[in-house]
Amino acid sequence: MTPAIEIDNLAKDYAVGFWRRRTYRALDGLTLSIEPGEVFGFLGPNGAGKTTTLKLLMQLIFPTSGRAQILGRPVGDLATRHRIGYLPENPSFYDYLTAEELLTYFAQLFGYSAVDRRQRVATLLDRVGIGRERRFQLRKFSKGMVQRVGIAQALLNDPEVIFLDEPMSGLDPLGRRDVRALILELRDQGRTVFFSSHILADAEALCSRVAVVASGRLAAQGRLADLTEFTVRGWELIVANLSATALERVRPTATRVTEISPGRYSLELSLNEPPDRILSELVSTGASVVSLNPLRETLEDFFVQRVNAMGAGARGEREGAHARG
Amino acid sequence: MRWEPAPVVNGKVHMRAVRYVAINVFRESVRDRVPYNLVLFAVLLIASSYLLGQLTAGQDVKIIKDLGLAATSIFGLFIAVFIGIGLVSKEVERRSIYALLSKPVSRAQFIAGKYAGLVLTLAVNVAVMTLALYAVLGYMSWTESAQFKAGWETPAVDPALMKALLLIFVELMLVTAIAVFFSTFSSPILSAAMTFGLYVAGHFNADLRNFDKVVESRTAATLARAVYHVLPDFAAFDVKTQVVHGLHVPATYLATTIGYGVAYIAALLLAATFIFSRRDFK
Repeated sequence: MTPAIEIDNLAKDYAVGFWRRRTYRALDGLTLSIEPGEVFGFLGPNGAGKTTTLKLLMQLIFPTSGRAQILGRPVGDLATRHRIGYLPENPSFYDYLTAEELLTYFAQLFGYSAVDRRQRVATLLDRVGIGRERRFQLRKFSKGMVQRVGIAQALLNDPEVIFLDEPMSGLDPLGRRDVRALILELRDQGRTVFFSSHILADAEALCSRVAVVASGRLAAQGRLADLTEFTVRGWELIVANLSATALERVRPTATRVTEISPGRYSLELSLNEPPDRILSELVSTGASVVSLNPLRETLEDFFVQRVNAMGAGARGEREGAHARG
Repeated sequence: MRWEPAPVVNGKVHMRAVRYVAINVFRESVRDRVPYNLVLFAVLLIASSYLLGQLTAGQDVKIIKDLGLAATSIFGLFIAVFIGIGLVSKEVERRSIYALLSKPVSRAQFIAGKYAGLVLTLAVNVAVMTLALYAVLGYMSWTESAQFKAGWETPAVDPALMKALLLIFVELMLVTAIAVFFSTFSSPILSAAMTFGLYVAGHFNADLRNFDKVVESRTAATLARAVYHVLPDFAAFDVKTQVVHGLHVPATYLATTIGYGVAYIAALLLAATFIFSRRDFK
């Protein structure tokens, strides 16, 4: 099956400096393949190269080396634009247009009939929660409302592949919940969603696979389950009715003890400590076990570990290596 | 939310994108209150005709024609330059180009659409100004006595004025193309300075042709001649004096000058597209 998105050794240098021109490598040899129907999270700290990658895929900038394809066609292919949608980071549109006029303008560019345009625009604005404000000029919109309009314009042509650059940016908790639901709806419809984010909870909630970039380089990629789920680093035991004596007895074996409420405690146990022994000991003192869960490495732990491993110095090192003149 | 994919018919897609980008430019100019300049133009013309009627004897129609043509040219010049320089750079600065270029619009279509939109704005502007000028001249002709009118070199409502207005319009199209060209790679202030610079230099271009007669240096003369061929010859578009004084402007001259303007515009837009198609939007 042709991958929905194929990125092969993509690199991008920018010229920096006024008098002494040097090159700065914003993206360094990125290779990724995203299958149709995947919700793919493209994660990384600020300045990692996420937006650069998306701009390369939209041909808003040109690569220094490497290539990329969307739906089996080179990026920039006009016919493919009928099949993709793109939400830029912190989108900005024509502030003299109303939300309705903006979407109608874009729908005209796709060649839809007047009836079709009206239907699409109304449905999408309803879907992203823009009500009677659709007739207001965009200059009167808040950041979150512009973001919603941005999401609507990205879905205008019923795209097979949707690129979302920081889709949750500027949204309030309700907006974030709506966007999450929308992404899941798109996934259920079999569409491919490629979204960049530095909010890991979004990726954990939505993605089938993720890639982590740091300092312009790919730090890790894979299924979320493979990256985090099976790395169990201990146990979390929650008990109620724990007496002071029983607490003192188990305290040396726990790596962390937190009182949740009187008599109710959360005990973190190391992986070397078999939980069944402590369980039976606690039950014999009259304590009740509320829950026992493995402590898994979260995406955040993984992310921090990988980004740190890339080293803060890596960027400077590469900058130096690419410096010219 | 399931719809059929949009139809792609290459030829139609090509013109459709240009058309809608152009309409959006026109809409932007209307919402930015550009047509207000038409009110100013009308007020200027009507007030001048009233005042001149009181002051001059027999020269008023000629002066109104001069004033009307000059104002059409200057008002148009300001629109062409000040909107033209922001046509592309504003889209890049406010980042609205990101979403637009992710739609089925090529960079060449974007440039062509932006240019066509401003030309449409100018066409409406020049058309309204032409009507206003003819209306004022018609009124003057209607109110003057036959004896008075016999002293005029040309009739007040003279169709020959259209020749001057046509060349003014082509000249404005050329200024727009220069502004768009600079707008593809430089800041609005620099683009304005360079466009105005070229406009002024282009009006004195004819002097460069005969530079060898006023300088000794052969190098300077050759350089001046080379610059003469590269710079747009704006003086060629100025037939206002001939038209106002009733001198004949041959159709072949009109055709050649329009042809020259169109060729220059095409070259500028091709260069603008070439530069813009390779530009990174950081």
